[in-house]
Amino acid sequence: MVFGRSDRRRLPTAIKILIAGGFGAGKTTMVGSVSETRPLRTEETLTDRSTGVDDISGVEAKRTTTVAMDFGRITMGDDYMLYLFGTPGQERFWFVWDELALGALGAVILADTRRLADCFPSVDYFERRGTPFVVAVNCFEGSPVYELDEVRLALGLDPSIPLVLCDARKRDSSREVLIQLVEHAMKLRAQPVGTTS
Amino acid sequence: MTHEEWVDPEIVRPYVVTRGRTEPVRGSFDLISLAVAVGGPPGPEAGLDPEHLSIARLCREPISVAEIAARLDLPAGTIRVLLGDLFDQGFVTVQDPQPEVDMQDEKMYRAVLDGLRSL
Ligand SMILES: Nc1nc2c(ncn2[C@@H]2O[C@H](COP(=O)(O)OP(=O)(O)OP(=O)(O)O)[C@@H](O)[C@H]2O)c(=O)[nH]1
Ligand SMILES: [Mg+2]
Repeated sequence: MVFGRSDRRRLPTAIKILIAGGFGAGKTTMVGSVSETRPLRTEETLTDRSTGVDDISGVEAKRTTTVAMDFGRITMGDDYMLYLFGTPGQERFWFVWDELALGALGAVILADTRRLADCFPSVDYFERRGTPFVVAVNCFEGSPVYELDEVRLALGLDPSIPLVLCDARKRDSSREVLIQLVEHAMKLRAQPVGTTS
Repeated sequence: MTHEEWVDPEIVRPYVVTRGRTEPVRGSFDLISLAVAVGGPPGPEAGLDPEHLSIARLCREPISVAEIAARLDLPAGTIRVLLGDLFDQGFVTVQDPQPEVDMQDEKMYRAVLDGLRSL
């Protein structure tokens, strides 16, 4: 932790949960339905340091890209502040994912049954990284109806990973998904009070 | 694109605001690092820019780097640099989020569950 010259004011601890999934899977919708405010947007500017490395002109050769992320906040009493971040969709932005995933409590992967394969990269990513995650099947009108078992099979999901149905537009439904995630993450990672160093 | 000399003003503004700096003088600042003002607002003797003062005003209540960026419509990297200046001069205090290794705290999970259930 970093402190300024006075630390009399105690700050809440910030926690983040990521909302991932393919293009149009409902990430922004979920962030908005369960947050205190409408989704906010922030940009990371990335300087591609790989271009122009051996170019004596230097600065001009660098290319900058901006990646936009949606996020929302939920205040949890005086002690904690929960942030939900919609992950940027394109896979070339993995480095932003790395930054977002660092220190995240966990991730919700939204699956759209019309394009189930779109969430494979997210599943792979969080599995490899060891970030606790749940998969939420977002129910769009007119999309094929699958049994959860079929979805689990199609995604090759381990039975230990929670798989739920949701409607990202509804606050209660989104909240239920988050609760499932936090319970799952707690089971995987938490040590009973008093045993942590 | 053939107009290579054309530069988007939206890209130039963050660069001008930080005077070309891309790294903060102090601190690293996660997107969810929380900042809050310490003491009174910076006076003219501090020699700060309007953007610094806007950040200092937002920090009257604890606020994350991401929210400051969204509210001021500047990239997060720009906010990190400016916040670093304010931090360096003692106008704000910053709390970084818990590191990954601290995700074992059962109390934290219970607090988040309670918070979600009471939404
Ligand atoms: N029927 C139905 N529509 C939904 C649901 N969730 C989102 N939508 C709609 O689907 C569309 C896309 O949702 P977004 O939240 O923008 O999806 P996204 O994942 O943020 O999309 P990108 O950021 O573009 O990848 C919007 O028109 C939503 O209103 C849902 O659960 N059911
Ligand atoms: Mg979106």
